[in-house]
Amino acid sequence: MELRFTEEETAFRQEVRDFIRTSLPSHISERLRLGYPPTKQDVVTWQRILNRKGWATYKWPKEYGGCDWSPAQRMIFQDENLLGHAPEVNSFNITMIGPVLIQFGTPAQKERFIARCANLDDWWCQGFSEPGSGSDLASLKTAAVRNGDEYVVNGQKIWTSTAHHADWIFALVRTNPQARKPQEGISFLLIDMKTPGITVRPIISIDGSHHFNEVFFDNVRVPVSQRVYEENKGWDVAKFLLGNERTGIARLGKSLARLHDMRELAPQLRAHGGSLLDDPGFRERIAALEVRAKALEITQLRVVSKMMQKSDGKPDPFSSLLKIKGSELNQDTSEMVMDAVGPLAMPDWARELDKLSSEGSNDPRIGPDWAGYAAAPYLMHRASTIAGGTTEIQKNILNKAVLRL
Amino acid sequence: MDFDLTEDQRLLNDSIARLLADRYAFDARRGYIKSAQGWSQEMWDKYAELGLLGLPFSEDYGGFGGNAVDVMMVMEAFGKNLVLEPYLATVVLGGTAIRLAGTEAQKGDLLPRIVDGSLKLAFAHSEQQARYDLSDVMTTATKDGAGWVLEGAKSVVFHGDCADTLVVSARTAGDRMDPAGLTLFLVPATTPGVARRGYAMRDGTRAAEISLSGVKLGADAVLGTVGKAMGTIEHVTQAGIAAMAAEAVGACEAAHDMTLEYLRTRVQFGRPIGQNQVLQHKAADMLIEVEQARSMAMLAAMMVDESDAAERARNISMAKVGVGQSGRFVTQTAVQLHGGIGMTEEYAVGHYFRRVMAFEHVWGDSAYHLGLLADQVA
Repeated sequence: MELRFTEEETAFRQEVRDFIRTSLPSHISERLRLGYPPTKQDVVTWQRILNRKGWATYKWPKEYGGCDWSPAQRMIFQDENLLGHAPEVNSFNITMIGPVLIQFGTPAQKERFIARCANLDDWWCQGFSEPGSGSDLASLKTAAVRNGDEYVVNGQKIWTSTAHHADWIFALVRTNPQARKPQEGISFLLIDMKTPGITVRPIISIDGSHHFNEVFFDNVRVPVSQRVYEENKGWDVAKFLLGNERTGIARLGKSLARLHDMRELAPQLRAHGGSLLDDPGFRERIAALEVRAKALEITQLRVVSKMMQKSDGKPDPFSSLLKIKGSELNQDTSEMVMDAVGPLAMPDWARELDKLSSEGSNDPRIGPDWAGYAAAPYLMHRASTIAGGTTEIQKNILNKAVLRL
Repeated sequence: MDFDLTEDQRLLNDSIARLLADRYAFDARRGYIKSAQGWSQEMWDKYAELGLLGLPFSEDYGGFGGNAVDVMMVMEAFGKNLVLEPYLATVVLGGTAIRLAGTEAQKGDLLPRIVDGSLKLAFAHSEQQARYDLSDVMTTATKDGAGWVLEGAKSVVFHGDCADTLVVSARTAGDRMDPAGLTLFLVPATTPGVARRGYAMRDGTRAAEISLSGVKLGADAVLGTVGKAMGTIEHVTQAGIAAMAAEAVGACEAAHDMTLEYLRTRVQFGRPIGQNQVLQHKAADMLIEVEQARSMAMLAAMMVDESDAAERARNISMAKVGVGQSGRFVTQTAVQLHGGIGMTEEYAVGHYFRRVMAFEHVWGDSAYHLGLLADQVA
C-alpha cells in the first residue's frame, strides 16, 4: 500500500499540466476561471484538441482509443483539467453512449458512431427522465411501436440536458407495455434529433441558464437498426450506463479548483475591517472543506482501483458513495464562494449579460469580474444531488447492494 | 499509488482475526477488564508469538521490518475487538520514541525486549494543565553532576500503571510553553521518586497519573538530544494518531455491523425496524462515514514516515479531523439506532462509542486540529 504519488505519476501530472497550458485557448480558460459555463463551441474545441492528443477517450478500452491509465493517472488527469479551467468533455458522449456502444453496439453501429462520438462530431444527449418518471425511471411511458423495420415513437422526455445542442439522443422507450415487470418492457434507441416530429422546448433553471429541456416525440420514425441490444432489454443497457466506471462522478476537481481559487480571492474580499482571510471562521470553513476533499480523493482512488481490478462489468455500489459525497462537496464549495463574494453575487448577471449583448450596450460590469457569476454554480449545484439519481435514491442503492436491510 | 495488501500482510491479518475471534469475545474482554491489571498477559504473550510486537522494528533488533501500514492493520483489528493490552503505549508510542531518538546502545537494549514482550513502555508527556498543547511542559529536569533530577507530574499516561519503563518529557531549558528546551528521559518505573496512580478510563483501557519527585537519573537516561525533543514528541504523537485512527476505524466498522444486525432482528410494529427507510438511510450514512474514515486512516498511516515535517503534520491533522468527525457520527448513530440497549454497560456498542471518544480526546480533538489547519490557510 502506497498513497504517495510515484515519480512517474508526478511526471505525468506535469505533462498534463503543460499540455493544458499550451493547448487550451486562453479565452476558454478565462471564461471558466471566472465561473462562467463553457459555451457549446468551447466544449467542442477542447474535446477535439484532447481527441487529437488521444486523451478524450482515455477511459475506453485500448482498442477503441483508450489510454490504459492507472486510477491515479485518471484522477490526476481529471484534476488537472478542472484546475486548469478546461471544459469537461461531453460526458454523454464519453462516459455514457461511447462505452454503451462499445459494450452492446452492432458492428455497424460502432462503425457509424464511435469515432464521431469521440471527436464530438455528434453531440449526444440523454432521454431518460419523463414528467411522471423521475426517481422511478422504470415507470417511463414514452412508447415505441414496431412498424416493419421502424419504431414509431410518441411521448415526452424532460430535464434533457443540452438537448438544444444535440445532434443525437439516446432514449429509453417502452416497447412492451404488457411486460410482467416494468423494467422488462423497455428498449434503448438512438434517435437523430433532426427526425421529423421532435420538438425541443427550453427549461430555464434557477441560475437563469438554459441547460435543461423538454423533448417531445410526435410519431417519430426510428429505424430498428438504431436500437441498441435486444428489444425489451434496454434496462440492462441503462444499468450498465449508470453504473459504468464513473471515475468522474464525484466531480472532485471542480471542488478542488474552487478551494484553490478561494485562497486567491479571499485576500481581495473584506471582512471586519481586514480581509476575509483574516476571519478565523472563514479560514476554518476552507480547512473543513479541504479535509472533506482529501477524504473523498482517497476514497475515490480506492473505489476506482477496486473497479478496475474486477472485470465483471457490474456496477460498483460504492460509486453511489462517491456521488453522494462529491455532489455535497460541490454544493458546499460553491456556497462558500457565493457567501465570500457577498452582495455582489446577487445581481442577475446571466440575464444582465444577455441584455447587454443584445442591446450592444457598453454598461460596465457590476463589481469585479469574479463577482458576476459567483451565485450561478451555487444555484445550479442544487441539481447535483437530484440529477443522476438523487442522494436519497443513492442511499437506497447502498442499502440494497451493501447493507441489505 | 497502490491500495493492495501484500501476501504477508493478508496472512498476518487472517491470523490476528482468528486469534481475536477465538480469545477476545465481548465476555472474555469483560473478564480481562475485571482482572487486577485490567488486560490479559496471556494475550500479550500471544501477540509476541505472532510477531505483532516487533512489527515496526528493523530486523537488526529482532523486529520484522514492517511499517505504519502493518501497524494500521493490527490497530484496525484491535479496534474491532476493543483490545485492552498496552500495544499503542509500548510498540507505537514508546517504540517510535526509541526508534527515532535512541542511540544504537539504547535501541539494542530496548527494542529486542519490546519484540519479545518482556518490556512494556508508556509515553509520559501530557500534563494536567496542557490540554492539547504539546509544548506545555512544566516538569523539569535539572543537571545533577553527570546526571539529572526530575520534578513534576504527568497526566492520563496510557498504560502508565503497568509500564516497566516510562519515556518522560521534561523541561531542561525555556519557559512553560517554549517548544525548545524539552528533553526525553528513559525512566525505569521502579526508580525512587516515581509514584503512579493507575485507573481505568471511560473506555475500559488503563492509564495513570504519575508524579516525579526528586527522580535521580544517570546521563545515559537521556533519549535523543538534550533540549531538542520537540520534533520527536510531535512525531511520536503523530504515530499515535495514525495508529489510533486505524483503531477507531475498526471500532466504527464493528459498531456499524452490530447496528445492521440489530436493525435486521429488532421487531417493532410487527416488522424488523430495518425495513423503515429512515433507518436504512441512517445506516447508509454510517457506511459512507466508515469508508471516509478508513481513507483518512490510510492517509495517516502513509504519512507517519513522511520526512517533510510540515507536510506530515498537515496530513495527520486532516486525518485526525476526518476520523474524529466520522467516528463521532458513526458511533453516536450506532447508539441511537440501538435505542435503550445501546445505553447499557453490558452491550458492546457503548464500548465502541467510548473507544472512539478516547481517540477524540487525545493529542487534539477534531476542533483543535481544524483550528491548526485553519491557521495555515493563507
